[in-house]
Amino acid sequence: MSVAILRTGDYLVASIQSDLSDPEVLALRDELLERVGRLRALGIVIDVAALDVIDSFAARALCSIALTAKLRGARTVVVGVQPDVAIAMVHFQLNLEPLHTALDLDEAVALLERETRRKRPDGG
Amino acid sequence: MDPKTPAGTLQASAADASLLHELVEYLRENRGELRELWAQRIGDAELLGVMTADEIFSEVTAVYDNYVDALETGSIETLQEYARSLSERIIRRGVETHEVLGIVLLLRDVLGRSLLDKYGGDRDLLERILDAYEPAANRIAVIVGVSFVEERERVIREQQVAIRELSTPVLQVRERLLILPIIGAVDDRRARQLTEQLLGAIQSHRARVVVIDITGVASIDVTVANHLVQTVEAARLMGASAVITGLSSKIAQTLVDLGVDLGMLTTVGDLQGGLEEAERLLGYRDAEVEPADDSEA
Repeated sequence: MSVAILRTGDYLVASIQSDLSDPEVLALRDELLERVGRLRALGIVIDVAALDVIDSFAARALCSIALTAKLRGARTVVVGVQPDVAIAMVHFQLNLEPLHTALDLDEAVALLERETRRKRPDGG
Repeated sequence: MDPKTPAGTLQASAADASLLHELVEYLRENRGELRELWAQRIGDAELLGVMTADEIFSEVTAVYDNYVDALETGSIETLQEYARSLSERIIRRGVETHEVLGIVLLLRDVLGRSLLDKYGGDRDLLERILDAYEPAANRIAVIVGVSFVEERERVIREQQVAIRELSTPVLQVRERLLILPIIGAVDDRRARQLTEQLLGAIQSHRARVVVIDITGVASIDVTVANHLVQTVEAARLMGASAVITGLSSKIAQTLVDLGVDLGMLTTVGDLQGGLEEAERLLGYRDAEVEPADDSEA
């Protein structure tokens, strides 16, 4: 699988380097959710900047990661959606509201810090 | 069919060729008179009102000569070229399609009448002359008319491209803040183009907030309204928030009546409010306004 999952502080960063097949998308989901539990991560950043296409299956999987991770206590932020990809994703008519997005990794980390600080009164 | 006649020319059977030749000779001999008659008929019909009598006369002369040449040689290329350059000149001055068709048909009338006068005594000869003349004359009329319309369409296409390029600036007003002022009618195609430009600009400027100002839009339909919602959602997927400003009461009413899902949209009354909202989203805090006590004293 061409996805590197890195850990930085309380967050996981998954950088997708090439188009994923449907099973690979599911494998990524399982891997991330497993690590969220094991590493007690508070946030997940999924970088899709390298993708020219995100099909409806992958879009739904991203939503599903976001919703499930939230249940396990981690926020998910998708970064680097390309303009064409954004237009295509909107046309899937999926409810993408659970998906937090940011322009790049810096923004995503800043967003997660704002979100997770609230949950940890002693943190930050 | 004359074997020497190249492709794309006026068709004339061998029997017609001599008649056509005679016809051309006749038109050459009476050039001055027929030309003036034509110009006069144009004046009477109040065509080409935007041109002076002298201008009309010089164009009439040129068209007449080209017309006769085309009849003689059967080659339409020179006439076509002339018709195109004539159209280019007169379109800019506001000459309408009906005027161009009108003057070409007038020339046909003038020449037809004069043939009638000349050959009217010999019914049989007249018929044959007209048989030779009419198809060629009709063809020429079509060429001139079509050239004019094509030229007009070309001008319209050019203008459309120019308008499209001018119509949608994406402006950066602050670090990471873009404004997209939309002015004029928005159709499906323009809406798509706006979306592409906006998303491209978000990426290249690393924008976090975009203000879409539609003060200058008079009305929108359901397709465009949905497109607007989709654009906002697409911008969000890229990590930028969109603020929509300047919805007129009419547009607001339309959106509600159409049942467009507006839950996703952040809307603010005017551009000023929109910029304030955008700065708030960017984390700028309102500067405390000092009470202007001493200026009042």
